[in-house]
Amino acid sequence: MTVAVKIPEDMELIYEYPEAMTTTYTHYCPGCPHGIVHRLVAEVIDELGIREKCIGVAPVGCSVMIYKYLNVDFVEAAHGRAPAMATGLKRTNPDKIVFTYQGDGDIAAIGIAEALHAANRGELISTVFINNAIYGMTGGQMAPTTLPGMVTTSTPFGRDVRLAGYPVPMSELLAQVEGAVYVTRQMATDLVSIRKTKKAIKRAFMVQLAGLGYSSVEVLSSCSTNWNMGPWEALEWVKEKMIPYFPLGTFKMTDEVKALKVK
Amino acid sequence: MAKELLKGNVAFAEAAVRNGLQAYFGYPITPQSEALEHLSGRMLELDRVFLQAESEVAAINMVYGAACSGVRVMTSTSGPGFSLMTEGLSYIAGSEIPAVVINMMRGGPGLGNIQPSQADYFLMVKTAGHGDFHPIVLAPSSVQEIIDMVGLAFELAEKYRTLVYIAGDGAIGQMMESAELPPMQEVRQERPAWATTGAQGREPNLINSLYLGAKALEEVNLRLQKKLAEIKAHEIRWQEYETEDADLLLVAYGTVGRICTSVMREARKQGLKVGLLRPQTLWPFPEERIHELAGQVRGMLVTEMSAGQMLEDVERSAAGKCPVKFYGRMGGVVPMVDEILAEVQKLDEEVSR
Amino acid sequence: MGKGMVVIDVDRCKGCGLCVHVCPVGILALSPDTFNAKGYHPVIVTDMEKCTGCASCATICPDVVFTVYRKKRQPRAVPVPA
Repeated sequence: MTVAVKIPEDMELIYEYPEAMTTTYTHYCPGCPHGIVHRLVAEVIDELGIREKCIGVAPVGCSVMIYKYLNVDFVEAAHGRAPAMATGLKRTNPDKIVFTYQGDGDIAAIGIAEALHAANRGELISTVFINNAIYGMTGGQMAPTTLPGMVTTSTPFGRDVRLAGYPVPMSELLAQVEGAVYVTRQMATDLVSIRKTKKAIKRAFMVQLAGLGYSSVEVLSSCSTNWNMGPWEALEWVKEKMIPYFPLGTFKMTDEVKALKVK
Repeated sequence: MAKELLKGNVAFAEAAVRNGLQAYFGYPITPQSEALEHLSGRMLELDRVFLQAESEVAAINMVYGAACSGVRVMTSTSGPGFSLMTEGLSYIAGSEIPAVVINMMRGGPGLGNIQPSQADYFLMVKTAGHGDFHPIVLAPSSVQEIIDMVGLAFELAEKYRTLVYIAGDGAIGQMMESAELPPMQEVRQERPAWATTGAQGREPNLINSLYLGAKALEEVNLRLQKKLAEIKAHEIRWQEYETEDADLLLVAYGTVGRICTSVMREARKQGLKVGLLRPQTLWPFPEERIHELAGQVRGMLVTEMSAGQMLEDVERSAAGKCPVKFYGRMGGVVPMVDEILAEVQKLDEEVSR
Repeated sequence: MGKGMVVIDVDRCKGCGLCVHVCPVGILALSPDTFNAKGYHPVIVTDMEKCTGCASCATICPDVVFTVYRKKRQPRAVPVPA
């Protein structure tokens, strides 16, 4: 419901609903950064004018229904297989923009092989990877990126690294392979970091447009529902607790990627 | 086109190329790797897509992705690889998109061996992934027939937007015989309207197998079942040999079906009126015809390179109208003519008593 | 009318309050006594006069609730170099 408001003539439009986003209400919990990052992807698609060229690959996890929210062609992958599907799509549509949107379980647990190999082949696809250290959709179980000691519904005594290993540093791993040309870790917790995340997503898509190689943007994110916190408190927690394990930064940026002018 | 001496694996790969294959994704596994090797050169020469994936799991999902963009796509594998693919196969089935998968069966279970086998019948015909679906399963018995079935597989896959499997075995893959390849076909350039190729000047397309509402998913399943019923009504294929006067019937497919033509001839020399029914589609299965023949013959002998998998479908089709006996070899052992002939004689004695 | 204004799509709002935290002029609040169609206390503007049209709310909003307007900048007289 939008109340009809008369906009004074001396006002100009600063922010409006992105064209690449449908008007469907999302199923996300209040304050979930998936909504923010979906919007950033949509804004980037609009700004690059590529909506009619985009093919998205949806993951399994909370963002499984991203196809309802972005106004582009979409396919739904099996859990973790988005990079393989994206490979099949891109190889048969080399002039299109193919991106995967994946969560931490999708990319760093069940789909780590598909992700690393797609990166290693330098597939001309872009990945947006949401890391919130937990399995949201299935009810808050341990993710590959769950922090040591963190209590989840499958680590009731806290993640014991002797039993369950350590948080998987996915971006650091991706950065090791030759085919990945742009690998960065950002967060979506405050105004500055959100703007930076958008710029990173834009660069990743531009990397693909320029045919330079595989690009990936990890976004540290929250899960207030399964972390048992309020939405704002959860974003603060990301900064305080996650960054020590997942330092922000760009782990790979070739000279060609650096040379791209991202406005 | 003239006949040439062709190895089964190379033959089906080249047949796919000539049928306008646009993309191939696969992972090497014996006894079908020659197909992948052949395509690794041919597809690139022709400026088409070839990719050796990191696993069969990845390969089938690449097939899934390419199929979503509406191109002619296939993969080939053998038992252990097929097992890994079942996840992706179920998604492809749920999304109702066309794809062709060739399984050159080898001995199992487990790592088994690399000898010919038919022990993946259940896997391919009955349980190729979670959920209610059936692929069309074609069963070639010679190099020529696998060549011909590749073209048919693409045609059926696209006609019904369904999965089509070719159930070959290591023997057909590895043997060389003279066969004729089809002429080179143009690669189809246009993409179907449902394909995800970028929403240019149209509403976005979605290819998906997720339906959260029980009613909605039931409707999808009902539609799928309706399509399968349609396939069942039109696409059952089999070959019959000397069944007109037969009072004993051999039922066998693939390599064993071919061996059974010799068994039949030998048996006839000995005065036994033996016929042969060789299913060319394992799903849909020629159940009605077998049921009919069960009313004509005194008994049936099912022979497979397995512990008796197709046997269950034959028994179901015969529905008690005649005795159904079984002879099988396992582990990669190919049954010989005299072994099967002895079983036919045994059957004859049993049903004559 | 102040420097900026926002239009709120009330029923998109899930009342998460992130915008309330980031508004630099503190004019956003969750409606204490009304509900939207989804049953949340939606965001309201307490003093539109103070809005600067900075779009911070739109930047952090996970549900694209805000449309933001700002007064057009008057073209400044450009000094002509001597």
